Amino acid sequence: MGTKDYLGIIWFSIILVVTPFIIGNDYYIGILVFAAFNCLSCIGLSLLMGYAGQISLGHAAFLGIGAYSSALLTVKMGWSPWLAIVLGIILAVIMALVIGIPSLRLKGHYLAMATLGFGSIIHIVTVAAVDFTGGPAGISQIPTLNIFGFPINSDVKYYAFIWIIVVIGLFFALNIIHSRSGRALRAIHGSEDAAGSSGIHTSRYKIRIFVISAIYSSIAGSFYAHYVNYIDPGPFGIMHSVLLVTMVAVGGMHKVWGAVIGSILLSVLPEILSTISEVVEGYGIEYKPDYDTLIYGSILLAIMLFLPGGIFQGVGDGFKRLKKLFTRKTSSAV
Amino acid sequence: MNNTILEIIRLKKTFGGVIAVNDLDLTVAKESITAVIGPNGAGKTTIFNLTAGFLAPTSGSLIFDNQDISGKKSYEIARLGISRTFQHVQIFPEMTVLENIMIGRHVRSRAGLFVSSLLPYFLRKEESKIQEDAEKYLEFVGLQPVSGKHAGELSLGNQRMVEIARALASEPKLLLLDEPASGLNARETLLLGDLINKIKDTRITVMLVEHDMELVMDISDHVAVINFGQLIATGTPSSVQENQDVISAYLGE
Amino acid sequence: MNHSNQFSDLLQFVFMGIQRGSIYALVAMGFNIIYNATGVINFAQGEFVVLGGLIMVSMTTMLHVPIVVAFFLSTLVVMIAGVIMERFTINPVKEPGILRLIIITIAVSILLKGIAMCIWGKDSYHMDHFSGDTPFEIFGATILPQTLWIIGILVIIVFFFILFFNHTMIGKSMRACAINRDAARLVGINDRLAVMYSFAISAGIGAIAGIIITPIIQMDYGRGALLGLKGFGAAVVGGLGNSIGAVVAGIILGVIEALGAGYISSHYMDAIALLILLIVLFLRPSGIMGSSEASRLKDF
Repeated sequence: MGTKDYLGIIWFSIILVVTPFIIGNDYYIGILVFAAFNCLSCIGLSLLMGYAGQISLGHAAFLGIGAYSSALLTVKMGWSPWLAIVLGIILAVIMALVIGIPSLRLKGHYLAMATLGFGSIIHIVTVAAVDFTGGPAGISQIPTLNIFGFPINSDVKYYAFIWIIVVIGLFFALNIIHSRSGRALRAIHGSEDAAGSSGIHTSRYKIRIFVISAIYSSIAGSFYAHYVNYIDPGPFGIMHSVLLVTMVAVGGMHKVWGAVIGSILLSVLPEILSTISEVVEGYGIEYKPDYDTLIYGSILLAIMLFLPGGIFQGVGDGFKRLKKLFTRKTSSAV
Repeated sequence: MNNTILEIIRLKKTFGGVIAVNDLDLTVAKESITAVIGPNGAGKTTIFNLTAGFLAPTSGSLIFDNQDISGKKSYEIARLGISRTFQHVQIFPEMTVLENIMIGRHVRSRAGLFVSSLLPYFLRKEESKIQEDAEKYLEFVGLQPVSGKHAGELSLGNQRMVEIARALASEPKLLLLDEPASGLNARETLLLGDLINKIKDTRITVMLVEHDMELVMDISDHVAVINFGQLIATGTPSSVQENQDVISAYLGE
Repeated sequence: MNHSNQFSDLLQFVFMGIQRGSIYALVAMGFNIIYNATGVINFAQGEFVVLGGLIMVSMTTMLHVPIVVAFFLSTLVVMIAGVIMERFTINPVKEPGILRLIIITIAVSILLKGIAMCIWGKDSYHMDHFSGDTPFEIFGATILPQTLWIIGILVIIVFFFILFFNHTMIGKSMRACAINRDAARLVGINDRLAVMYSFAISAGIGAIAGIIITPIIQMDYGRGALLGLKGFGAAVVGGLGNSIGAVVAGIILGVIEALGAGYISSHYMDAIALLILLIVLFLRPSGIMGSSEASRLKDF
């Protein structure tokens, strides 16, 4: 059943190894590093959306919790980055439990609004608690990561490091899906009543998967902080949470691979668009980052209306249809 | 030796001002087939929902296997050994037939979320055990040919079989079937009757709500007739058929 | 002397709270109308508020349309936007799952925000108060004429709202759909049409909220999310679907927020209303005015 997914990991890894050699430009590699942070968050979020049928509109806050834990503990208290990451995870888990337990006990989509409120509060605090978080000025001089004494101090090194983390995260996620627990989650999504009558503690599973998705984002946030060496509240607002949901939905909610594809695609999309606009410059068309919102909104709306399974499933169906068409043609030829 | 598996004592359930179940007393004998019948709106499905933990009783109690289960949640009751099917089939349409039945093994397996995340499924022993066990129940209801199909693609009759197999896979002591024959054609109903008898032979108690009287009279050991949330008659199929209260309840006098 | 100072401070905060709370109340009513018709929380509700405010600004300052005319025109434009949203994004969806509909409304909200940014840019827009900004003084506290406008318009809308849902055919049929859609359909009510009306009315009320608050807060494209969220807070606190509850809860929320901003810290003002939202969501999801039995039946 799930063998394809594990083969997918191998193919995906090969593509990841080859890519830097093809693009060979630090700027573009840097963009793919950013794509990896989104990818990691989106894998977690897709477990929640696709397998527990719940939306979180506050995942950027978990990114923020990871990033600020790492930044504060390493810069102000001199902790080891790895220890700081662990503390970030613990904080994220506690927050996820505080938000998740009351709102996931209820049927329906209370989690969406609870996380939206939570996300806004965290963002407000990062801006307002100037003494603690540095406020809008943020925190700088966050140390670079070291693994056994080797500093990960270039874009290419970080690219390798972070994508290994993503692949490990993907591996964990796939293991969860193809397990008793993953089956239980899909069952909850299919029919909560039938799942309950099969002995599945529905709210507990939903809470656990929400906690796991928060861990993914917290880790992504910590690694983000160590990559850019400087953080401010900017990237941890509601808009980024909504963007993460967009990535998962565009790629395809019901498959983890959809989240992988959606997050990479939408992370590099602004770059592609601005490159195109440079090419067509002089024709009166100019692309500005201001248009990002408009474009993300249009893509999400178009996908939800016409391809609710997302790009991943859409492409898969397209292939199947082509295959059918092709086999029919050849058989009629014979 | 106690020969009762389920004892319902002065059970009451009200919705706002409407009394759905009114001080009902009912016992279900071990390893029997007990049918609950009654006119529409008599409160039959409510009794099932109370027994399976989908609703909490307003008052009264439910004793299952010498244990008070009133007010327990559905997943707790499922773990204690009561499985159910639904009036409107509740399957997992996006999952394969086999996976649907594997869900039934949930309560008889243990692997947790965190342990599972470390190893791929093909390296886990329990996972292949779950699949093996599920295949047995697949065979029991005769669905091997459609094992890999999505459950949503099956006919209604086969979807009911998936539901029953899933319920059986949890190795219940008591199986609740809520109108299992509704929507089935004559041939499928006949096969259903055979299957229910076969389930009884595996020493599982079956309790069903059903409108198809032919099926009820054919397979049941006991029949309980409910009207306005109260028990109006109980006994063997033939004795119930002759009961004057039952006849007037059905004729609406 | 000191005591009267304290009292006038308190009164000042209460005035400010009622002013903001009225806006939350209006946004919450908008949420409820669509929720009752579809069972979905419309995440684009806050964008209706922003659009109303910004269109009003453009009409009065750039096109010099008289305020009264601009008020109705802006509301109408946003209502049309609401209808377009329903016709093109909600109505065509076959087999609508709640999750999918919610994501669709999120998509529309991003889209509307993007459109607003392209048209109006990132600037905040100032607009003249409806009838001057010379404040009255009451017991040492000051109150702006605009605040009276806001309260007055809220009262008028609530009045029309009750009239509409209790005494007009369309309103009654919309209520019937909210209570039991299948039954409403059986007696010949077009439930799809009821959904369209709900978007129109909801967008209109949102727009009015935006129009009347713009002179005070200055409007920019990015305000939708927070206004929407606080309005949702009012809707939850008042009991989802209960519009009179929403009005009361909106004003309570506004007053608590203003008191918190005044006595604790203005930096955390926005967080206070959200914290109340979370606490109510967790402790009493049926709202302070709803029954818990009823809330269990309400999914979204």
